[in-house]
Amino acid sequence: MNILALDTCTEMCSVAMLKNGELFEQSVPTQRGHSEKILGMLDEILAQANCRLSDMDCIAFGRGPGSFTGVRVGVSVAQGIAFAANLPVVPVSTLAAVAQRAIDEHGAENIAVAMDARMQEVYSALYQSVEGLAELSGEERVCLPEHIQLNTEQPFFAAGTGWKEYETSMTTMFSRQVNAMDNELLPTAAAIAKLALKQAEKGNTLSAEQAVPVYLRDNVAKKKGEQ
Amino acid sequence: MRVLGIESSCDETGVAVYDTEKGLLAHRLFSQIAMHAEYGGVVPELASRDHIRKTLPLIEEVLADTALTTKDIDAIAYTAGPGLAGALLVGAAIGRSLAWALDIPALAINHMEGHLLSPLLEEPAPEFPFVSLLVSGGHTLLVDVKGVGQYELLGESIDDAVGEAFDKTAKLLGMDYPGGPYLAAKAEQGIADRFVFPRPMTNRPGLDFSFSGLKTFAMNTWLDTEQTDQDKADIALAFQTAVVETLAIKCKRALKRTGHKRLVVAGGVSANKALRNKLDAMKGVEVFYPRQAFCSDNGAMIAFAGAMRHQAMKHQDVPSFTVRPRWPLNELSPP
Ligand SMILES: Nc1ncnc2c1ncn2[C@@H]1O[C@H](COP(=O)(O)OP(=O)(O)O)[C@@H](O)[C@H]1O
Ligand SMILES: [Mg+2]
Repeated sequence: MNILALDTCTEMCSVAMLKNGELFEQSVPTQRGHSEKILGMLDEILAQANCRLSDMDCIAFGRGPGSFTGVRVGVSVAQGIAFAANLPVVPVSTLAAVAQRAIDEHGAENIAVAMDARMQEVYSALYQSVEGLAELSGEERVCLPEHIQLNTEQPFFAAGTGWKEYETSMTTMFSRQVNAMDNELLPTAAAIAKLALKQAEKGNTLSAEQAVPVYLRDNVAKKKGEQ
Repeated sequence: MRVLGIESSCDETGVAVYDTEKGLLAHRLFSQIAMHAEYGGVVPELASRDHIRKTLPLIEEVLADTALTTKDIDAIAYTAGPGLAGALLVGAAIGRSLAWALDIPALAINHMEGHLLSPLLEEPAPEFPFVSLLVSGGHTLLVDVKGVGQYELLGESIDDAVGEAFDKTAKLLGMDYPGGPYLAAKAEQGIADRFVFPRPMTNRPGLDFSFSGLKTFAMNTWLDTEQTDQDKADIALAFQTAVVETLAIKCKRALKRTGHKRLVVAGGVSANKALRNKLDAMKGVEVFYPRQAFCSDNGAMIAFAGAMRHQAMKHQDVPSFTVRPRWPLNELSPP
């Protein structure tokens, strides 16, 4: 199984390829330059792995949450490539990708992911390592840091930039449960590829036009009556 | 050669295929107007969210209409500006990535150039050179057009665009968004010359426009009436007449200054019948318009502009895309 993965949802621009189990990856921190970088990075990763687009079995992408524009750039690129190359897609949560990195890089078992969502809010979700893969328990949410509900009594690994942005309020709130923390972790395409592999093997793929963003924040404007 | 065009600069998703031998093969449009009307105007974030749901399905429809596959497409043209950044990025990302994956050229098209060239999709098409009057929701421009990419700006609005003035005036008369077409329809029941509005900036030389004063004038006139339906129609007519005459006066001046004998009118407001009647009545000038469906935003004009540019282009295709929310026409150069 060959998977080409990409993510532009956060201040990381990231591509990866899983070529029959062998991982190739490249990530660069970037605030706004994703659109200028992403296709060139995909060219490079294909060259590195000595593969062509037609050798791929599917395209995996970070489907959000993240910066609205960033999420759309990644989803649009995945749509365009998958449609042109007639490949299925696998959407992967950016929060799950952060949890996956905590598992891979820190051996975490229970992971509470919090990602900065701007407007004083955080995106959050709770994950468990099941056979080394991040599995969601409960649901993904966007809310004020003080309203986070993790629905667990267990100690957990705190992962993601939300734990840095709102460090004092959040670590105080969960001081009895946070047993370790990495508040620099951002989603990467490598983690996305890994999570996508399992889905692709199970046949959980979508067609290109079914690739849609998950923003979590959906009340973005007021209708005339509410203004 | 066949070019697939993608337009997503504002509140319309448009896709089309233009063939340099056979002409326009197919075009599809999805308008978000009904969605934005609930908010009283375009909400940029919602516009972007809708473009990403509609673009691929429209591409599929256009390909089905023409019985073509992506393999039959030779280049992709997408709107790269001016417009709403987030909305532009969706079309740009999908278009550029399609081209990347298909290994064909991608063309970043200026939306205003799309409008400007849109009358060339019709028979008979105007020959260069000509004066172009671009009148849309966001722009009011007079341009000296010597060829593709050879644009000299003659004049523009120093405040509201014509379409914007139509919409704002319509709104204060209680019409839904975007009110331009409603105001034009209401004007048909109006009694001529009951109210007379100023013709801004016509009594001094120059080719610039100013329309924001008309909206204020309309407001004051409206407040002085009993606000009956007839008052509304009369004000609509007086407003429209003032706009149309102002545009006609400036067009005449622009033609005189350039010496051109052809006038090309495009953009959403070029659908306006009173404007067309007035300009058609000008002596010694041939006037060209896009068909009604291509007055406002559409994919056909982007596919066409892409084809015009691609034919003459030496490619240095960098695998990246950027959009320019502001991108003046006179910064373009010939292909
Ligand atoms: N018949 C008409 N009379 C006057 N204005 C019109 C008419 N039809 C459309 N418009 C105006 O055209 C504008 C939309 O044109 P469009 O080219 O789509 O603009 P933009 O791309 O700048 O939003 C709106 O302001 C609308 O009110
Ligand atoms: Mg337009």
